[in-house]
Amino acid sequence: MKLVVDGREVYAYTGSKPFDPELPVVVFLHGALNDHSVWTLLARWFAHHGHAVLAPDLPGHMRSAGPALASVEAMADWTLALLDAAGIERAALVGHSMGSLVALEAAARAPQRATQLAMLGSCVPMPVPAALLELARHDPLAAIERVIVYSFSTLAAKPSYPGPGVWLRASARSLMRQVLAHQGNPMLFHDDFAACNDYAGGLAAAAGVACPATLVLAERDQMTLPRNARQVAGVLKARVRMVPGGHFLMAEQPDAVLAALREALAPAATVAA
Amino acid sequence: MPGPADPGFDTLALHAGAAPDPATGARAVPIHLSTSFVFESSEQAASLFNLERSGHVYSRISNPTNAVFEERMAALEGAVGGIATASGQAALHLAIATLAGAGSHIVSSSALYGGSHNLLHYTLPRFGIETSFVAPGDLDAWRAAIRPDTKLLLGETLGNPGLDVLDVPAVAAIAHEAGVPLLVDSTFTTPWLMKPVELGADLVFHSATKFLCGHGTVVGGVLLDGGRFDWSRAARFPELNQPYAGFHGMVFAEESTDGAFLLRARREGLRDFGACMSPHTAWLLLQGLETLPLRMARHVDNTRKVVQFLAAQPMVAAVGYPELEGHPSHALARRLLPRGCGAVFSFDLKGSRAQGIAFVEALQIFSHLANVGDARSLVIHPASTTHFRMDEAALRAAGIGPGTIRLSIGLEDPDDLIEDLKRALKVAEKAGAGAAKAAAAKPGSAA
Repeated sequence: MKLVVDGREVYAYTGSKPFDPELPVVVFLHGALNDHSVWTLLARWFAHHGHAVLAPDLPGHMRSAGPALASVEAMADWTLALLDAAGIERAALVGHSMGSLVALEAAARAPQRATQLAMLGSCVPMPVPAALLELARHDPLAAIERVIVYSFSTLAAKPSYPGPGVWLRASARSLMRQVLAHQGNPMLFHDDFAACNDYAGGLAAAAGVACPATLVLAERDQMTLPRNARQVAGVLKARVRMVPGGHFLMAEQPDAVLAALREALAPAATVAA
Repeated sequence: MPGPADPGFDTLALHAGAAPDPATGARAVPIHLSTSFVFESSEQAASLFNLERSGHVYSRISNPTNAVFEERMAALEGAVGGIATASGQAALHLAIATLAGAGSHIVSSSALYGGSHNLLHYTLPRFGIETSFVAPGDLDAWRAAIRPDTKLLLGETLGNPGLDVLDVPAVAAIAHEAGVPLLVDSTFTTPWLMKPVELGADLVFHSATKFLCGHGTVVGGVLLDGGRFDWSRAARFPELNQPYAGFHGMVFAEESTDGAFLLRARREGLRDFGACMSPHTAWLLLQGLETLPLRMARHVDNTRKVVQFLAAQPMVAAVGYPELEGHPSHALARRLLPRGCGAVFSFDLKGSRAQGIAFVEALQIFSHLANVGDARSLVIHPASTTHFRMDEAALRAAGIGPGTIRLSIGLEDPDDLIEDLKRALKVAEKAGAGAAKAAAAKPGSAA
C-alpha cells in the first residue's frame, strides 16, 4: 500500500492482504540497503494469522521516496510518523540489523505505542569497521560483496527463501544492487552503515522500553556477533532465541525465525497500554 | 580489508545447495523420488500453499533433489535461482511463456539450435507470439528490430552450429536501453566457459542434457534468473508488476524484488504447463556437475588438438572454431571466452555430399547421433538432421552448407580421435576418387 509520511510517498508491503488497522499491527523494519522483500514470508504469515502488517521500504530505499534518513533516531521518528499515517496507535515493532536499532529507538521514544519489540540479527552498539565504511563510500559494489561473504553461514540453507531453488548469496547480492541502483544514490549503503555506526544511544534507549522484548540471534552471525547483544538483552530483560544461521537469518532459517516471532508476538507477550 | 573468500567454482560445483542429509547423514544428495511431502499440520499445509512458508508440497512445483540442482546451477552461474525443467526446450518455453503472450514480440539471433528456431518461427506464431530474426553480430539490427511489444531478446552464447559468439555485453546494453531483458542459451559454453549474467544477460537457460550432464544419459533443462532486471517499474511487464488473478492478486515484483521472474515462472508456468524434471534426472545431473570443471577443461583441450589437425587437412575446406584467427567471432571469443570456445564445432568437407556421408560412416570412435556434450565424441550432418526443416536461405543464414559436419569432442585420448578422423578422411577421399573414375568410365562421358 502507499502512504504519505512527512510529505513523501512511502511503499509498505501488507502481506498480500488489505491492511486492517483494527487488527493487532506488526511493523517490519528492514536492514541496510535492503527493502521490504526480506520480510515477505513472515509478513504473509502474520497477515494471514490475525495481524495487520506493514513492511515499509525505508525512505530512499527502493519504492519509498528519498532522501534516505541519516540517523537511527530520524528513522525512529519516521517510523512513529508512519504509524500516524496508517492510523495506528500501537504496533509490534520488528527489525533486522539496522532496522532492529530503529525498532529499539522507536519503542523507547514512544513506549506506550510499542506492544512488543523484536530485534533480529542485532547487537548494541552496532559498530561498522572503518574499512567497510570506506569501502561502502568508495566502492559500494565491493562492499556488497564483502557483506555477502560475512552474512551467510552455509552453502546449503534449506528450504531456501522465499522458496526452494534460490541461491541465497546471489539473491542477497541482487537485492542490494537493485536497492542501490533504484534511486540512483551511490551513497545509500555508506549512509545506512554510518547510521548504524553512529547510533550511540542504544543502551539508554533500551532502558526506556516498556514492552516485552525478544532478541532473535543467529549462532554464526559474523556481522552482528551474538555476544555483543548480551548487554542490551539484559537491559531489555529480553527473551533471547538463537537460530542456527548467519546474519541474513530470515533467509537462511525462515521456519526457525517464524517460530521465534510467533512466540515473541503472541498475545501473552503483550503488556497493557 | 581481510576476510573469508567466497567459494570458488570447483567448490560450488561440489557443495552448493547440498549438505549431508540431516535425517540419515547421507553425504551424497539423496534422490527424493516422492511426488508429495507430508504436512506437519493443517496450519502448515495452508501456509505452504499460500507462500507464507518455504518448503515442498508437490514435485511438479518443487522437489528437494531438484532444488539442490537448481541452487547449484544458480551458484555456478551467479544467478539468484533456477527452475529445473523437463528439457532445454521446456526451459526456453517457460521463459517465454512467463513474459510473453498473444500480441508479444521477440527479437532473436538467427544462429539458433534448430529446435529453438522451430519454436519461434513455426509454433509460437500460432499462439500470437512473433519473432524477428537478426544476425547475431549485427548490433544495429538488434536495436532496429525492437518494438513496443517486444518482451525479450534471445541469443545463444555460441550460435548453433557456426559458433558465432554472442556479444552479450553489447546486446544486453541494447536490450536494457529499451527496457527489455536478454535471455541467453548457454548450453554450449556452460558456466565454466562463460557466465552470461556477469556479462549483462538477465535470464539464462541450458539444455542440461549436454555438458552439464556430460554422459549422454538424461534429458533435462534449467532456467536461471540473474535477478538484476528491475521489473518493478517496467510498464512492459504487467505480468510481474500488476496483480495476478491466478494467485490471489499476487504482485510478483512486490513479493520478491530480485526473484519476481522465478516466482511467476514456478507458480504459473511450472504449475500450469507442468514441464518439470524428474528427481532422478536431477540426481544424474548433479553427478555431472560435480566434475563439470574437470570435464570442460579436457573437452576444450581435446577440441583444440582436433581443430588444429583438421585445419591442416587438404580435404577440409574450412574449420569453424572461434579460436582460429579466420573465424568471424575470433576477437569476441578472445574477449568473452578466454577459457575456450567449447567442444562443439563444424567443418566443411571438400567434395560431394556422398563423400560427406562416406566420412561420417567411416568414423569408428565418433558416434553418429543427434546430441552434443557427451563424454564420448559425436558427429552429425546438420543439413539433413538437426536443421532439416530450414530452407536453403535459412541454412545459409545459420552458416550451414551441404558439406558441413558437426563434431562434439569427447574425453577420449585425443590421439585416438585424430586417428579416427584421419582414417575417415582417407575413406572420403577415396570415395571421391572412385566417383570420378566411375563418371569417367560411364558411356558418353565427356571425360
